[in-house]
Amino acid sequence: MSQSFVPDPVARQPWQVIAPLLALVLLGAAVLYSAAGGSMALYATSHLVRFALFFAMALVMSRIPESWYRALAYPAYGGVMVLLVLVELLGAMGGGSQRWLNLGFMTLQPSELMKPVIVLVLAAFYHTLPAAMTASWRGLLPALALIGAPTALVILQPDLGTSLAICFGGFVIMFIAGLPLRWFLGAGAAAAVITPIALFTLLHDYQLRRVTTFLDPESDPLGAGYHITQSKIAIGSGGMFGKGFENGSQSHLDYLPEAHTDFVFATMAEEWGMLGGLFVLLVFGLILRWGMVVARNGTDRFSRLLAAGMTATIFFYAAVNLMMVMGLAPVVGIPLPFMSHGGSSMLTVMICFGTIMAVERWSAKPRTFT
Amino acid sequence: MALGKRPARTKAMLRHSFDRRSMVLGSIQGGIGVLLAGRLTYLAIAQNEKYELEAESNRVNLSLIPPRRGWILDRRGNPLASNKADFRVDVIPDQMTDNAQTIAELGVLLQLTAIEIEDLGEKIRQSNGFTPVEVASGLEWERFAAVSVRLPDLSGVVTQRGYSRYYPTGPSVGHLLGYVGSVSPEEWKAEDKTPLLITPGYKIGKDGIEKQFEMPLRGKPGGRRVEVTAGGRIVRDLETRDDVPGKPVQLTIDGPLQDYAARRIGLESGSCVVMDCHTGDILCASSMPSFDPGSFSEGIGRIEWKMLREDDHVPLRNKVLRGLYPPGSTIKPMVALAFMKAGLDPEESVHCGGGLKVGNRVFHCWARGGHGQVNMARGIHQSCDVYFYHFAQKIGMDKIAQMARRLGLGQEFPLPVAGQSYGTVPDPEWKLRKYGKEWQNFDTVNATIGQGYMLVNPLQQAVMTSRIASGKEIMPRLLLTKKTPDFPSLGIAQEHLDFVHQAMSDVVNGPGTAGRARLPLEGIKMAGKTGTAQVVSLSVSGGKTGPWKYRDHGHFIAFAPFDKPRYACAVAIEHGGGSSSAYPIARDVMTFLFDPAKALEKLHRYEEQWGGTAQERLDRKYAEYAMEQSAPLANPASGETDVQNR
Repeated sequence: MSQSFVPDPVARQPWQVIAPLLALVLLGAAVLYSAAGGSMALYATSHLVRFALFFAMALVMSRIPESWYRALAYPAYGGVMVLLVLVELLGAMGGGSQRWLNLGFMTLQPSELMKPVIVLVLAAFYHTLPAAMTASWRGLLPALALIGAPTALVILQPDLGTSLAICFGGFVIMFIAGLPLRWFLGAGAAAAVITPIALFTLLHDYQLRRVTTFLDPESDPLGAGYHITQSKIAIGSGGMFGKGFENGSQSHLDYLPEAHTDFVFATMAEEWGMLGGLFVLLVFGLILRWGMVVARNGTDRFSRLLAAGMTATIFFYAAVNLMMVMGLAPVVGIPLPFMSHGGSSMLTVMICFGTIMAVERWSAKPRTFT
Repeated sequence: MALGKRPARTKAMLRHSFDRRSMVLGSIQGGIGVLLAGRLTYLAIAQNEKYELEAESNRVNLSLIPPRRGWILDRRGNPLASNKADFRVDVIPDQMTDNAQTIAELGVLLQLTAIEIEDLGEKIRQSNGFTPVEVASGLEWERFAAVSVRLPDLSGVVTQRGYSRYYPTGPSVGHLLGYVGSVSPEEWKAEDKTPLLITPGYKIGKDGIEKQFEMPLRGKPGGRRVEVTAGGRIVRDLETRDDVPGKPVQLTIDGPLQDYAARRIGLESGSCVVMDCHTGDILCASSMPSFDPGSFSEGIGRIEWKMLREDDHVPLRNKVLRGLYPPGSTIKPMVALAFMKAGLDPEESVHCGGGLKVGNRVFHCWARGGHGQVNMARGIHQSCDVYFYHFAQKIGMDKIAQMARRLGLGQEFPLPVAGQSYGTVPDPEWKLRKYGKEWQNFDTVNATIGQGYMLVNPLQQAVMTSRIASGKEIMPRLLLTKKTPDFPSLGIAQEHLDFVHQAMSDVVNGPGTAGRARLPLEGIKMAGKTGTAQVVSLSVSGGKTGPWKYRDHGHFIAFAPFDKPRYACAVAIEHGGGSSSAYPIARDVMTFLFDPAKALEKLHRYEEQWGGTAQERLDRKYAEYAMEQSAPLANPASGETDVQNR
């Protein structure tokens, strides 16, 4: 073993994932540096500093015992719900919608925190639910309530992307917790009927326009389809090897909207080409596979559900963002984990990451010490 | 697990279910990963070319630099049409952030009127958004600069420094040069939709020389490739190809003479042509009243157009080429040449008692009292009609028509002009063909004094004069070339020519009909011939006075110096009330050729009476007309109706 050279606490970290992750974050910083027109100060520095902070936080989280997680699940959920209501009230007082709480040193988006917390609380819920009740209403209704309450608050903000992410995380836990398959099939069928109706009644105009132009982006090249079209142009024009560092015309000449946040992948692909894109996909693949392996190796129901749910949350971010920038999904305003510039989303994914590391630790412990 | 009656779930079953379902979840994740990789490959490899092109067309903005139009020069190389720097302001509606605010600010900066501001707002609303909408052109530097320095605050506003056509002598060259104007959809399609033609502010020749020489005058556009941001801001120049200016076209026209003749026509409706008797060079081809080609080129207003259309002096017709008139007595020298060629002795005479009976009708001489005994010389310088009535019947129309054609009447000349009305030289065959009727003696009598079927244009009269003066088959030319043409002799006996020259000199310098046409110059004599053409029968109007449109046309042809012909001139004044309206103009124009200062002094005195130069009068007339048109309800032109009722 490498004990003689590297201290044990360092060696025990999942380097097979952390190393690619660091590479991805560095690539992200390089892209942000370029997107800022060759400036570290604008995005890249804060990106790296935040990552360092949140990575430290993740390391700390990974050392927290399982019992703490379980004990803190419901209080954490309650706390984030309070924050969500608070945001809603502040928004109502300010005469508009608000998503952020200004904490002084950073702006916090409580809906972001809800993404890992919904996974945590449902994992705790199903862990304590007697196995026999899984297929009964007692296994369904409390879970739906736990998902529904924050989703409703977030949709009011209105933030479609985040509310979908919360629902996704919740439903994934319900799915792997072993609820009867026909419930999901039934719900899927119902959704297929209700979604179109909901789309045209509940969604705001700009949200609806995003959905319709997703179906035919070229129909409105200067309007709402502009984002998707320009993103595809950026990715497509990058070709195999890209245009070279700091040579992306789409991002530098402002054709690409949100070049440093939601569309950071397009910014990257324009300059680093398809190879850069495949690298990003590979790193996400490694992280997600690691997450699923950790989940499957989980020693108890709580850790398995928790790890799988956190993995699914990271997956949701990455998949929806990448599908969006490549024109496979509507523009929903979800950033790309580890690469997009933005504090709240990085906090969320690093909470997920730290939690998966913690689960891995809980599972590894007995093996190490027996 | 979900089949049949629900079995109670156990921990082991749940564990099992988790394993399977997490596999499903993992597979879905992997599947989407593969889908994304496939999509990425498709976009970056299969569609790379397409998107590379689109990225490039995003990045690079190609703008045409319209070529500077070639100048039109007079024979001395001075510009008749040139270009002047034109400062213009356009807006690109798509790039405007706050339309109302920007328009209001432009209104202040450019001092636009409330109506102009309203029009601009309407134009912007109706535009397609990406093509520039003109706010103002032909701006003074101060206004242009005022907008230019505020550009950062005026999103969507574009200032451009271009060129617009400039005609230094304005209306004097209107008919000759034509004008330039924006391209019509038909013209654009006819040229394969060349993008140059729809560049903002680009204009092509619409009439006259501008149209005839469109291609050489046009030149080749340059191009400017710039890198632009999505917001339209120019980041840097990539490549600039300069335009190739159009080639100049040099005319035989003498610019100052053209202007002088046009202005000298004054308030009359008429034309003046001067030709070089050696080279055929058309030195001036003035037709007045005219339009201002400069104002036409800026895009003529509806009201200005209406004014020109309504004017009975037809300012839209080029009378030099399109005006057809009975030439009256100006053809008498030509007829005399025909007589001599047919063998008539110039000394043979006839008694003029004021008229001649032809068939059962008496044809009067213009001098009702009669001329007494008239030979050829007197016939010409006294313009005795009876002399020509008498001998024309003897010689016959065919020989006269032959000589007329030989001297250029009825002829269409190979000139770079939009069109010529070449008129009629009647003869028996022509009448039979056209009307199916036999030629009669009275037809000959009419034709021989330039009435009846005889119709000529002023250019033909000038050509005839130059041929009589030189004895050569002079062909008019408009385009100056290095090599001066050499013309063959007409084959007319020199003594015949000398005789006619002397008789024409006597018209002016002797006992003839145009004594007042004598040149105020030492040692230079002008020879000429008057002509008065009836427009309506004497029973309708007397010809000298009465309603303008019934008055006689006045003609005068002349050449000078009489003993060494150099310049030939023809003046035609519509409804001038007789030749006395024409020969003073010919005299002054001829004077200008030899002593410009003297001639100009005279012109300035006239223009004081007339109320300014042609340009000034046109401008004032337009201002008055526009005022009248814009306030039709204020004062319903009571004076005008009074006149009509009287």
